[in-house]
Amino acid sequence: SLGAHEYPEFVKIVEVGPRDGLQNEKEIVPTEVKVQLIDRLSDTGLSVIEATSFVSSKWVPQMADHTEVLQGIRKSPNVRYPVLTPNMHGYQNALAAGATEVAVFGSASETFSRKNINCSIDESMLRFEEVLNAAKDQQIPVRGYVSCALGCPHEGPIDPSKVTEVAKRLYEMGCYEVSLGDTVGVGTPGSMAAMLRSVTREVPCRALAVHCHDTYGQALANILTALQMGVCVVDSAVAGLGGCPYAQGSSGNVSTEDVLYMLHGMGIQTGVDLSKMIAVGDFICHSLNRKTNSRVAQARGSQL
Amino acid sequence: MAALIRTINRSIFISRMGHPCLALGGSATVAKSVSGSSSERLPDRVKIVEVGPRDGLQNEKTIVPAETKIRLIDMLSDSGLSVIEATSFVSPKWVPQMADQMEVMKGIRRKPGVSYPVLTPNLKGFQAAVEAGASEVAIFGAASELFSKKNINCSVEESLQRFEQVMVAAKAVGVPVRGYVSCVLGCPYEGKVAPAKVAKVAKRLYSMGCYEISLGDTIGVGTPGGMSEMLEAVSKVVPVGALAVHCHDTYGQALANILVALQMGVSVVDSSVGGLGGCPYAQGASGNVATEDVVYMLHGLGIQTGVDLPKLMDAGAFICHSLNRRTSSKVSQATHCKL
Repeated sequence: SLGAHEYPEFVKIVEVGPRDGLQNEKEIVPTEVKVQLIDRLSDTGLSVIEATSFVSSKWVPQMADHTEVLQGIRKSPNVRYPVLTPNMHGYQNALAAGATEVAVFGSASETFSRKNINCSIDESMLRFEEVLNAAKDQQIPVRGYVSCALGCPHEGPIDPSKVTEVAKRLYEMGCYEVSLGDTVGVGTPGSMAAMLRSVTREVPCRALAVHCHDTYGQALANILTALQMGVCVVDSAVAGLGGCPYAQGSSGNVSTEDVLYMLHGMGIQTGVDLSKMIAVGDFICHSLNRKTNSRVAQARGSQL
Repeated sequence: MAALIRTINRSIFISRMGHPCLALGGSATVAKSVSGSSSERLPDRVKIVEVGPRDGLQNEKTIVPAETKIRLIDMLSDSGLSVIEATSFVSPKWVPQMADQMEVMKGIRRKPGVSYPVLTPNLKGFQAAVEAGASEVAIFGAASELFSKKNINCSVEESLQRFEQVMVAAKAVGVPVRGYVSCVLGCPYEGKVAPAKVAKVAKRLYSMGCYEISLGDTIGVGTPGGMSEMLEAVSKVVPVGALAVHCHDTYGQALANILVALQMGVSVVDSSVGGLGGCPYAQGASGNVATEDVVYMLHGLGIQTGVDLPKLMDAGAFICHSLNRRTSSKVSQATHCKL
């Protein structure tokens, strides 16, 4: 037949709205709203919801209430609530606040690393190794992120071999999953395929996730490409929360609703209820006093 | 015409699959290893059919004067596009936005090498179009009976008979005709549309003499699985080289659907500058996919289009300003933000 592709039967959605989404919104929402958002997301069928970030509130004021949020949410038995931890200090705070899973954030671009977390890639890896060692002792799973996987706002195009190098380090130091992020959304199916071809030589496909930004409208096409190459974990944000800090007024995260629509339309299971997700998107957009970025929500909402 | 194609090596994918997969386009739902011979081939070149001035403006709330339409088309002519759908010779009673069809057709600068097709629903429209100087026309069929009745007030069969009249006249004067099939991935009234129905209508249009058939996801409900199934059915009766896809982005699926179409050998894509044209079936929702976003993806894939993206964005900025609306193109939004 002309174009039969193979796709995973099941795709795990990692919902990053409450962290990556809210972190990149102009409006800071109160703790109560964050907690409500996460609680509502917990009822949609998601199995992973990134709850907050234990980064210094000096750097990320939107996440200053990390402890209250983590302690305030209703922890659903079938859901995991990973939190970002940039270093040992953040990790310890996270655990003290009740975290049972954490994430570390590396970069495939030296310049981005320095500008974003104030240290080189190597230095960041050393910090993460500390976290990984502590996490191993306490049996806390750790997810690794590689940002700028398809391009950097400062350096421009990024060599797939660099992405592979960083992904491999994170995987070998003990991250159970590595999420490859198109941080500025510049990637297209060609660069996605090239990057994944390189990374999958060193990290098994089942341990990979894609985190696509929709800044140039390419996210779903890039996600489709990743699925065709065997990736079966996709990061997304309800209502497409989180603009792009490198292109004021542009969109950032891909909308969970739009991803779900595509996956379900293809017969791929996710366990997530699209209608419930749309309702959660309505809630948070109302709280943020902004329009949704999800085309599905716009289309469905307009028919009401 | 044999298009040169590039092969993307999928062997790494084959060796890495370690979990159950779903093979689309066939009946298998159980994990199976991919056959060793499968490889991905994308066209080297894709022809963009720019429908902004017609499909786009027809579906915008604000009506723009002929002068603005002419300026838009002229700017598009300078962006490297080779096909720009200029207007529609439908009765202004039905489509007031296109009432200035004559004026527009006569006012535009016709760039050599660029084609300016116009819609013609019937013989009367065809004759008016030719009189106004049109050298290519398009006819619009539907894969859904209900949609045909509600949209053009007649059954699919009746519409095809009207089109045959146009075809006869067009052949006599050597005017090429493009055929459209709407509702190929879903209908606002009927819901699901059978791929076999799409194939039937596409085949009729092709057999009666349309040089190209544009398959339209009119309400943007399609997803890659449906697109691939539909194209499988249609490409059995119409050569893939004569097919185009016209994807709406109402549910954000357009680029993914276009990608799948390219993977299946389609090399003609309809799109609208700035993503002009909302969806008449979902108030406030988006409609056409934005040409800028399509071109961005194609160029990123190394596929040639002949289009100069910055010039295209200029045309988009111009028309959005005239319409007093924000562009629907994410590429335009991102690019302008950096300035």
